[in-house]
This record gives sequence, structure tokens and C-alpha cells, in this order.
Amino acid sequence: MSTFLGMPAHAPRGVGHLRGDEPFPAAARTALANPQLRRNLEHATTTIRGKSGRVIAEVPDWQELRSAGSALKTYTMANLPRLLEQLEEKVTAAGGVVHWAADAEEANRIVTGLVRQTGEQRVIKIKSMATQEIGLNEALGEAGIDPVETDLAELIVQLGHDKPSHILVPAIHRNRSEIREIFLREMPGVDPALTDNPADLAAAARRYLRETFLSTKVAVSGANFGIAETGTLAVVESEGNGRMCLTLPETLITVMGIEKVVPAWQDLEVFLQLLPRASTGERMNPYTSMWTGVTPGDGPQNFHLVLLDNGRTAVLADEVGRSALHCIRCSACLNVCPVYERTGGHAYGSVYPGPIGAVLSPQLTGIEDNATLPYASSLCGACFDACPVKIDIPSILVHLRNQAPHPRAEKAAMAAAAYTMDRPRLYRRAQRAAKLTKLLGRRGRGLPPPLNGWVASRDLPSPPDESFRDWWRGR
Amino acid sequence: MRIALFATCLADTMFPAAAKATVHLLERLGHEVVFPVGQTCCGQMHINTGYQGQALPLVRRYVRTFEPCDVVVAPSGSCVGSVRHQHAMVARQAGDEGLAAAAEAVAGRTYELSELLIDVLGVEDVGAYYPHRVTYHPTCHSLRVLRVGDRPQRLLRRVRGLDLVELPAAEQCCGFGGTFSVKNADTSTAMLADKLQHVLETGADVCTAGDASCLMHIGGGLSRLRADVRTVHLAEILASTEVEAAR
Ligand code: SF4
Repeated sequence: MSTFLGMPAHAPRGVGHLRGDEPFPAAARTALANPQLRRNLEHATTTIRGKSGRVIAEVPDWQELRSAGSALKTYTMANLPRLLEQLEEKVTAAGGVVHWAADAEEANRIVTGLVRQTGEQRVIKIKSMATQEIGLNEALGEAGIDPVETDLAELIVQLGHDKPSHILVPAIHRNRSEIREIFLREMPGVDPALTDNPADLAAAARRYLRETFLSTKVAVSGANFGIAETGTLAVVESEGNGRMCLTLPETLITVMGIEKVVPAWQDLEVFLQLLPRASTGERMNPYTSMWTGVTPGDGPQNFHLVLLDNGRTAVLADEVGRSALHCIRCSACLNVCPVYERTGGHAYGSVYPGPIGAVLSPQLTGIEDNATLPYASSLCGACFDACPVKIDIPSILVHLRNQAPHPRAEKAAMAAAAYTMDRPRLYRRAQRAAKLTKLLGRRGRGLPPPLNGWVASRDLPSPPDESFRDWWRGR
Repeated sequence: MRIALFATCLADTMFPAAAKATVHLLERLGHEVVFPVGQTCCGQMHINTGYQGQALPLVRRYVRTFEPCDVVVAPSGSCVGSVRHQHAMVARQAGDEGLAAAAEAVAGRTYELSELLIDVLGVEDVGAYYPHRVTYHPTCHSLRVLRVGDRPQRLLRRVRGLDLVELPAAEQCCGFGGTFSVKNADTSTAMLADKLQHVLETGADVCTAGDASCLMHIGGGLSRLRADVRTVHLAEILASTEVEAAR
């Protein structure tokens, strides 16, 4: 375990996928110009929203469950060092090996080294946000190891040389005819007569994956929960491919963010009720796999747990921002977000898109590297209402905006506005000057950026002849 | 009852009709309205754009101005939301516990118009007359920050002559979001386009809401489309009577 003294470090640059190439507004513009993407997104998010809403309505104590989830997470964050050590102790006692990774580079080095030790050239992967965050597939590739994604949607993304755009439905931006084309082009041994019928597409993927499962000796997974009390790791998924990866290979390497620890076995009672209903709109998720270290003669005989920090301790240090670590990656906030629904996930530049990405990515990287993300929200509050662990995302957004670097012209304008607003006489004069905006016309001729963004689609209001306070005076 | 009006800087400067209507309505219901002139802006734009330090004097000004008042009303869900959920936070962030406590006290006496009418004054039928086909957009901060619920619709349903038509996907944000509308103008516009389409689908001739800011955004879009739908603040509808209608 590396020792770090002083302020906790952020996720390092140059490795992993937490930073985009462009600021959010520019990336969003590209996405908005793609009508097919917008149709796919609207259809997919509307469908999940409806499904999830219906099954949540069946639970009479949903609000109490949310509060319980939130309380458990708050407790966990307040006791994180102790719980992590307890987890390490229990996993070790059960025959696993625990590794501590301060950042993405260290985690990649550890995993690559472990795979090398096995002498294998290929690993199968369970869908995992943490390994995407650190860019593990790229690191393995550089080391001559071939990672194969086994989650259907992740496989589509991988074969399409694409990036995931949703936490849970990584290929949400693709429709079935696009998927057919990708399979025909990239999938080894695919039937050239493949149709775009969803059942056919799934069957093609199954044939390809079954072979891979049976012939690969190392698997890499993430974890939804790590139980400190027992040393048990848990992965929840819908397809069963994850379970194949967790049971068939000889070696299993799990990369888990340190915030995924939960105190006790019984706590899963709360999370396993919240997660499926909020995420996929299912009453119970189809596959819940749990394992504790190594069981002789059953499943992988070598188990490694890599505990990943990569900026999480820095998030924990922020009293308001730390609740972003409570996230259980259900993606409900994405599905209800009016911004996400229109821009899709790529615009956020990070593996964590949508509202949770807008508060998590800038905190993991340091705000300078993701300065526009906290502004990628109209603060409509739909995410807060949807979040099964009650993360107050709008408040964190506002908090992060207060830390973000501000454009110089904006800073000057804001200072002038605040100065005026704190001096009623000056304010009154400014109100009278507001009438001058009439000169701009309703289309705001000559307005400088960013104000011209308003008149690109909206007329300016026509200023009144007299302000309210002038009217009140003359009354 | 003696009620202090917080006009909000936007209504005071650009949409005085909403503030005037609030005065007329409350006076018609037999209350006294006062307008403390020290008021300016609640500071929400500064807070939500990341300038909490600059918002501090505005928070202090709001608290000092309205501290002596028993009841404060504002024709804006968003500004009341800021008063209730952000003022104490800004004061605390600046280390001013005294101001935070005072802000909480004043916030507890500050109401959005539909809250004041139904919860404090106990009226649903305000005696209004407004012979138009109207659709109501529940603004995000009224809905999810203040949780006004269906109070505005309850008030509108009692207005004589008014035909209230439901807005499809009403609870979706219109895309305004304060400085979001210029910082992310393209995304804001995409959100607005869907809202406008839904408004047009209703066939209403008036789109109303409890916030002048969202109405400025929706109205700006409707005007650009040269659509035949007007935006009118909830207060103006509730203040209308046969006298105005006859004019
Ligand atoms: S922030 Fe909440 S709603 Fe969003 S993914 Fe995380 S748990 Fe789900």
C-alpha cells in the first residue's frame, strides 16, 4: 500500500477515460446535430423511465428504502478506512489476495502483471465501470493481452471501436441495424446471412461468446458491492455472461472502487431492492453472483481484489461533494435527465455520463480538467428525485460551479451585476437603462457571445415602459 | 393580512405585469400589500453560476429587507426556491452563522404565490374570470424544489371561463436553467423545441407558469416561431376579472 501524505491526489492525466477532448457545450453541439442518435436516445430513455416508474410504484416503502440506502452510504463513507481494512482481512482469510491501487496507472500495472503471471494472452471481462475508468483494456492491449468484453452491449461497443454512452446500456446510441453491420464487419465466424432481428443478433453474440468462455482462463470483473463483514464480493447483471466469467476461469481479478464497500451482509437487503427497480425497471435483477475468496474445487482457484482509489479520497475530502461516492451506478439519473436525453453520453467526455458524471468526473480529475461539466445541467432536479440513494446532485452541481474556473468576461459581468444589485439607487438607474435593449430589436442584433446564444432561438422580451418599482412609486 | 411583496428583479425590471397582478389580486382578496424598497435580487443567478461570494451581500440584503415582515410573497417558484434552499447555505459557506439563522427564519415566512393563496390564505377560488384556453407549465423549481404540487392547477380550475388543457410531458424542463440557456445554448434550444411542440399540441392560446423566467424563455421561442400562443404569468390570470376582460 502506497503511503500518501498531504492532500489526496486526483486521477492522473494521460490514462483512463475521465476527461473529454472538448468542453461539454462543443461536444453537445456535435451530438445534437445527429438526429438518429436523438431518436435512439429518446426512445430508449422513455422506455426505461416508464418501466422503472411502474415497478417503483409497486413498492409502498420506496421512500424509506431510499433513506435507508442513503444512510448506509453516509455511514460507509464516514468509516471507510476501517471498513476497507476489514474487507481486506476477510478476503485474505478466505484465500484471496488484496492489492491497493492509488490510481489508474498502479491498478493497470497490477492487473497486467497478474495476467502475465498466468501466461495467458486473453482475458474475458465482465462489464465494469471501474476498469473502463482506468483504461484497463488499452493497458492490457499494450501488454499484448486481448481483453474480450462479454456484456452484449459492451461487446457491441468494443467491436464497433466505439465508446460506451450509458452506464447500463453502453450501446444505447446504436440501433439494431447499426449493430448488425458491426457484427458482420467485426465478429469472428459470424454468419453472413445475419438479420437485424434482436433474437438473431443475440444468438450470434452468444455463439461467439460461448466459445470464448470455454477457452479463456482469466477473467476481470468489477464489483457492485464488497461486504466488509464477510469479505464477499457481489456482481449484479442481466445476461448471465458475468456469471460465466465469475465461475469458468481459473483466475479471477476484480477491480473495485474503494467506495463500493458496504458494512454488512444484511445491507444488501436494501441495495438489492433499490438497484434493479431504479436501473432496469426489474423487480429483481436476473443474476446476482456472490463469492467469498476461493472455494476449493469450485470456481476460480486464484482470486485477486484490486482496491482502486484514483481520486476517490479527494472526493471524500469534500464535505458536500462526497455524497457523489454514494452512487450505486443504477443510471436512473441519466434516464430522467433532459440534458442527457438530448446529448447522449459521449458529450460528457467521461465513462461517467449524465448527472452523476457531471458531479463525479470533475471531482475525480480535479475541477480544472472538467470545468464545463458542472454547468451541463439546467438544475431541473429530476435526477435528485430519481436517485435511489437520494444523492442531491443539483446541490453538488452548484457547489462545484462555485469552485470552477470562470471565464474572465463573465466574472467581470457578475461582479458588476452584484455591485449594482446591492445598491438600490444604482439598480433603479440600471432598470431604466434596460429599456435601451429595445435598440437591439427582438433578435438582439450585435449581442456579444455568450449572450447571442439566447437570440439564436429565442426573441428578446420587449422591455416595459416602466419598472414595477416606478409604477409602485407613482401609485 | 399585511403581505410584503418580493417582486424579484426579473419581474420588477422586465415583467412588471406579474408583480402588479400580484398586488391587485391580494388587494382584491382584502389584504394589504407593502413593497419594501430596499429589495433587489435574491442572488440566485450568482449562486447557480458559481459566484456564491458575490451573492452574499444580496442574501444579506434580502434577509435584512424582509426580516421585519410577517409574510413575504414572490411571484416566482425559482426565487422562493433559492431563498428557502440556498440562502442559509451561502451564509454558512461564508462562515456567518448569525445570517444563516436569520435567513432560515425569513425563508420560513417566504411563499410562492400559489402556496400563499392555498396554504396561508386558504383560498382556491380567487374570484377570477379569464375566458381563454390555457395550458400550465409546472416549472422545475416550483415542482421539485418547492413541491407546490397541483396548487396552481387547483387555482386555475376555479377561474371562471378558463379552459385548462393538460400539457403533454409537462414535468420536463423547458430548458431555461438561468445561465444554462446561454452557456449551453444548443442543448437549451433542443429542450425548448420539445416544450414548444407540446405547447402547440394543446391548441391553447395561453401558456402560463409561476415563473417569469421560464415564461421569458418559452415566450421567446414562441415569438420566434411566430406562434399564436401568448405566455402569461399565473398571477395575471388570477388577477383578471370581468373588468379587465371587458377592456
Ligand atoms: S447518482 Fe443515483 S441515480 Fe445516478 S446512477 Fe448513481 S445511484 Fe443511480
